[in-house]
Amino acid sequence: MTSNIVLVILITSFATFLSRFLGVLSSENIKETSKIFRWFNCLAYSTLAALIARIVIFPSGLLSEVDYFVRIIVVILSIGLFFITKKNLVYPTIFSAIILSLFNSYL
Amino acid sequence: MIDSKYFLKGFASIRGVRSPAIALGASFIAIGALLKNIGFTIQESIFSTFLTYALPGSLVMAESMIIGASLINIFIAVWLVNARLYPMTVSLMPLLMHKSQPKWKYYLSCHFIAVSSWLIMKDNYEQINKESRIDFWIGIGVATWSVAIFSTVIGYLASDFLNEDVLIGLAIINPIYFTCMMVGAMKTIKISLSIILGAILGPAFYFVSPEWCILFGGITAGTVAFLIGEINDK
Repeated sequence: MTSNIVLVILITSFATFLSRFLGVLSSENIKETSKIFRWFNCLAYSTLAALIARIVIFPSGLLSEVDYFVRIIVVILSIGLFFITKKNLVYPTIFSAIILSLFNSYL
Repeated sequence: MIDSKYFLKGFASIRGVRSPAIALGASFIAIGALLKNIGFTIQESIFSTFLTYALPGSLVMAESMIIGASLINIFIAVWLVNARLYPMTVSLMPLLMHKSQPKWKYYLSCHFIAVSSWLIMKDNYEQINKESRIDFWIGIGVATWSVAIFSTVIGYLASDFLNEDVLIGLAIINPIYFTCMMVGAMKTIKISLSIILGAILGPAFYFVSPEWCILFGGITAGTVAFLIGEINDK
């Protein structure tokens, strides 16, 4: 276990803020109509999608204890519910938590 | 200094059927419980969410501490997993910048950039005139950030009552929320391609490098989507 918790927190927040800060610095010279802005827009959505897919397919921590097949089923059912409820975000999220807990307890 | 009308309008985004509060709450409750289990005090847990406010970063921090990683390794691991914040900031801030607004607002409020707040802002910015967007953004940011800090406290205090089944349920909420938000954001060919290719290439690059897969997969997917989209738009 790393000893100094406060130092670890400071390092973590610095490593996180760095990307945000540099992003604002770069933004000062980027127009929203420019090609580079449109490129970064694609990069933002694609890295987010990559991150989320990674969390679902190769999770760390507790989610990794749930069967791969069960995780995929829960994601697909939740997306279905999202469209059925006209893009309500409350129902699919709560539904996913309940169904995953149930699957995990009884399968 | 900050236009309260737009600030409150942004703040109100945590209500309603598209609210991020449940997803944010669930994941930061889990973080609060996790931090308690690895030996943080309640002050340190609050301090952590207050200063970092990025879920994957906090998770990586906790995992690194459990295996006893060095400070430099923690820095690199956190930077890698949170590097997505750079393209997210660059694709958001130009939409909010206005010459009548002071720069400190941008440099301070960039701390609020996280997946949920970013997706909400991307969803709503067109309805706000450009001059007021930064105040609207600060409203969204303060609201989502407060939910995260509050939930960390709840998770910390409730950790003894959260058994494994509950924690697994909490852990899935955030990915599901983000997945639904992303599916809902697929309105143009470019964005749809970025999201679909990112979701395929991110995990695919995991076999090459688990640490770099998000960045490599994301950059490749985004660039391909951009090029195809540009050709298509002509």
